[in-house]
Amino acid sequence: MDRLLHVTTVLSILLLIMVLVSVRRAHIRVEYSLSWLLTGVAMLLLSRSRPVLDLITRWTGVPDTPLTLFLISGALFLVMFFRFSVIISHLRDDNVALAQRVAILEYHIHSLEHHEK
Amino acid sequence: MIRAEGPDSLLVIIPAFNEVGAIGDVVRSVHRSMPAVPALVIDDCSLDDTIAAARAAGAEVLPLPHHLGLGGCVQAGYKLAYSLGFEYVIRVDGDGQHDARDIPRILDRLKTSGCEMVIGSRFVEQNGSHTGAVRSLGIRFFRLILRPILGKPVYDPTSGFVGVNRGALAVFSRSFPLEYPEIEALVVLQRRRFRFEEVPVKMLPRLTGRSTITARVSLYYMAHVLLGVFVNILKYDRRLRRAKAGPGGGAT
Repeated sequence: MDRLLHVTTVLSILLLIMVLVSVRRAHIRVEYSLSWLLTGVAMLLLSRSRPVLDLITRWTGVPDTPLTLFLISGALFLVMFFRFSVIISHLRDDNVALAQRVAILEYHIHSLEHHEK
Repeated sequence: MIRAEGPDSLLVIIPAFNEVGAIGDVVRSVHRSMPAVPALVIDDCSLDDTIAAARAAGAEVLPLPHHLGLGGCVQAGYKLAYSLGFEYVIRVDGDGQHDARDIPRILDRLKTSGCEMVIGSRFVEQNGSHTGAVRSLGIRFFRLILRPILGKPVYDPTSGFVGVNRGALAVFSRSFPLEYPEIEALVVLQRRRFRFEEVPVKMLPRLTGRSTITARVSLYYMAHVLLGVFVNILKYDRRLRRAKAGPGGGAT
């Protein structure tokens, strides 16, 4: 059990480092890094707070403390994936509208150029 | 440059993706059928010489900067037609399946019936049109689903041979399904209390290429379209309820 918590701690720290490095290199925007950082911090805190984890295990009725940690991490990642699906959908709609606008504006420009000739 | 002339101005739009083998014949058949009507090919970023073939055949071309899929491609044509002031738009597929000799019939029904959309249907009359087995099955399924939603039967809900008037053009310029648009577009119009009719047309075997809706993707197609239909119903019914609730209800 303790070994699993140590592994989770290490993974959380790796996740936090990776996200911070990515933000510094501008591979990921600050607003999209926040949810990853919050998830990493939550996992780190939970893996270092055995009493809190035990308390949540008793509250939720989960039969095993490591399973609680696994479920919480899974839930956090699911929320993040859903959030990113929403963002991607908005981006796709904006992208289509933009591409259509560019095409129509280019069409008008070419028509004007052709008219002037 | 194409321009809308007269109160009954018509534009024929032809969405095309990698249709170099068929697009020239399609454009020429449109011009033979409707000599004074401009034809606009919307090229969905083809990898072949579709644009050159369309221009050589006498069409205006609207090239998209990157691939948008059928719905995005058709909507680009609707947006341009709406901004140029066209009264009617008829969509003809770029693969040669639609017989351009049916265009006058669709236009005539649009003008005389006053309905917002006219669908060229291969099933209103048995006319020997070519339809694959999987597609036939899908069409039967969607007929059953759409009958209670639309309040009237629709015989060929997947037909892309469609004419719309300016009222529908205004709606589709703002909101049009991006993937597999035909069935969802019907629901979008119906929820706005717009009307549609079907006229018999003949569908030909495609000149080149193959349909994007193969047997393998047909299940995805059906799930996608079903979800789209029900989302549209929920969306528009909610708007309707808000509108009925009055100004305080946040009508859009």
